[in-house]
Amino acid sequence: MIEGYAVPDFVSDFWHWWIAALTIGGILFTLWVVVSQTTRRLAPGEQAEVMEHRWDGDLQEYNNPLPRWWLYLFYFLIAFSAVYLVLYPGLGKFQGAWNWSSASQWQQEKARLDAKFDEAIKPYLQVDLNSLASDAKAMQSGKRLFLTYCSQCHGSDGKGSKDFPNLTDQEWLWGGEPERIKASITNGFTAEMPPLGDAVGGEQGAREVANYVLAMAGRPHDAALAAAGKDKYAVCAGCHGEDGKGNADAGFPNIVDAPSRFGNSEAAIVEGILKGRKGGMPSQAHLGEAKIHLLAAYVLSLSKGQ
Amino acid sequence: MEATTYNYKVVRQFAIMTVVWGIVGMLVGVIIAAQLIWPDITYGIEWLSYGRLRPLHTNAVIFAFGGCALFATSLYVVQRTCQARLISDGLASFVFWGWQLIIVLAAVTLVLGITSGKEYAELEWPIDILIAVVWVAYAVLFFGTIVKRKTKYIYVANWFYGAFIITVALLHIVNSMAFPVSWLKSYSMYAGVQDAMVQWWYGHNAVGFFLTTAFLGMMYYFVPKQAGRPIYSYRLSIVHFWALNFIYMWAGPHHLLYTALPDWTQSLGMLFSLMLIAPSWGGMINGIMTLSGAWHKLRTDPILKFLITALSFYGMSTFEGPMMSVKTVNALSHYTEWTIGHVHSGALGWVAMISIGSLYYLIPRLFGREEMWSVRLINVHFWWSTIGVVLYIASMWIAGVAQGLMWRATNEDGTLTYSFAQSVNAMYPFYTIRLIGGAMFFAGMLLMAYNVWKTVAAGRVVNDARIPETVHA
Repeated sequence: MIEGYAVPDFVSDFWHWWIAALTIGGILFTLWVVVSQTTRRLAPGEQAEVMEHRWDGDLQEYNNPLPRWWLYLFYFLIAFSAVYLVLYPGLGKFQGAWNWSSASQWQQEKARLDAKFDEAIKPYLQVDLNSLASDAKAMQSGKRLFLTYCSQCHGSDGKGSKDFPNLTDQEWLWGGEPERIKASITNGFTAEMPPLGDAVGGEQGAREVANYVLAMAGRPHDAALAAAGKDKYAVCAGCHGEDGKGNADAGFPNIVDAPSRFGNSEAAIVEGILKGRKGGMPSQAHLGEAKIHLLAAYVLSLSKGQ
Repeated sequence: MEATTYNYKVVRQFAIMTVVWGIVGMLVGVIIAAQLIWPDITYGIEWLSYGRLRPLHTNAVIFAFGGCALFATSLYVVQRTCQARLISDGLASFVFWGWQLIIVLAAVTLVLGITSGKEYAELEWPIDILIAVVWVAYAVLFFGTIVKRKTKYIYVANWFYGAFIITVALLHIVNSMAFPVSWLKSYSMYAGVQDAMVQWWYGHNAVGFFLTTAFLGMMYYFVPKQAGRPIYSYRLSIVHFWALNFIYMWAGPHHLLYTALPDWTQSLGMLFSLMLIAPSWGGMINGIMTLSGAWHKLRTDPILKFLITALSFYGMSTFEGPMMSVKTVNALSHYTEWTIGHVHSGALGWVAMISIGSLYYLIPRLFGREEMWSVRLINVHFWWSTIGVVLYIASMWIAGVAQGLMWRATNEDGTLTYSFAQSVNAMYPFYTIRLIGGAMFFAGMLLMAYNVWKTVAAGRVVNDARIPETVHA
């Protein structure tokens, strides 16, 4: 059993012996098959006998001895397996003479990389985020961390895509101060807007509210629908505010200034009202503070257009 | 009254459907290869999405194309080498129509997204039961014919076909055990890492017995027939038959190296995969050396070219596979395109080419002709296929090794050198070469279909192939 792993591979010693015996027996069986059919080589010029059986008219078989090079290859592979089973885990719970395990191999490799990382990146923890964002060498490391951990959602360029926020446009759902960015990465967050179709009066109501929002945002809209939507917008104002500017402290989005990651068309807004929206980012605390610090500085540099 | 003729009808049916399903399965392969370059090529239609077409491709080429080739040849070989008609024409018909029904059901359900999610065993439980029933019927048909054979000894090809039939029944039934929750949905009876182990015990033995042992059976009949030479070594066939079947059973865990599978299981998977080189090569040696004394025939006979090239690809991929099972190599190759290249060096180079060669031997005999309508077209087909396979596997080798190296590259500061998206981006040239290679192989199948069409049109249906009365020792 490997240290740190709670569950043993075998529920009883019987199965350990069972596996070990089957394995050794299997290798011996293979060896026996080969040895039992090993015969002398043909003398120079000697022809292999033709077996007397014959099928379907002309199908016949010579009985050449096993080719030597092939035989030696087979013996070598069997011997290799036997030696490997002495050195490495394989015979039931026997750990092998070298005490190797895949888990310890992984731990060693990770420790090696972590050491390099600590040496190169830990010192940045002492630097404040604004200064770090202007440090070209630090930002190279930051970019590579971003590509590894963040680009899957926010894109390689940080510009996001549908449903995933753009980090380069200085519009922040959860605040853009350096420490706020760092806190967002560390803790993550979940956000949800419930479906509000019933509250605004179905699809027609949703269209009216959507046009009112477009009017507040100064975008092309249908004035008549917008006027009809003004009162119904009260349902939305509780979170997004009377002016639609939201509240970044609570994660309520500004819906009039910022381009929405869900789209800005009437159809996109109607869809949001009728079906609700879900957002959220998982906590990245597992990366450790040093990586998060550097990532926060990199995200900050993205928003500064550096 | 004892039958005086062979049942060629079921052989003919399966032989023709081999060509048909080969074209269908490989076309789907070409489409998904194109999707990896142009993801929107099927306009976002869900039935044609990569996730649904990919299992359709694998099932179609393995079980429809490969399966029909094995049914056709095994039912032909078992009759000819036993000098006996299949025990039942009705059962033969049932196996043919049952298998075609399974293929159609598979095509429909996979495209609709109905799947159990187990690779190469995606079909849902009602189809699984149907497969088991048809398979048992096939076993009865095959072994029943062996039992009433007139020859004294069982020919080596039948050993291999027999091992394949028994093992595939075992693999299919054990791995498909599931709890149904509705007609179209079930959950595996195994959980967690046990489920993974059972799946890859099945998965690798599907390769081992469906795609290897069975096609060695094909090789053991059609190579000596076409070469007109005796098999190289009876003794070698005994050793590699038993060693191959015994050792293959242990190899599955190499699909799960560096996972939650216990280390001891991983080691056994790796070691038995390594030992597998020897019995695998035993088959290759026995096939290729059968040609010794008749090498000159390779120059003029495109059918032999297909058969011998298939054996060469077999030798190559059965060396490559064990190497990829070594933990250190697997740490680089696993999850990369290298695996895809390896599979296709076996599937196109070995399985498809040995089948194509055998069919070119078989089809004229089923339609009362000496040879195919055009031997020259066989030669063209051979070159298109060979160049296609080489382009396919060479591009996937480079792609896979590049992927593996990019994923593990690190910088001085401990960060990864490449993002995943960058490794995807690096694949485009190789995906393009692979598409060209695959399309060439597919085009070769179209040539074959044309040649078969012409052969059938110029021939006559043979239902009266007489069973010789003389029985050799």
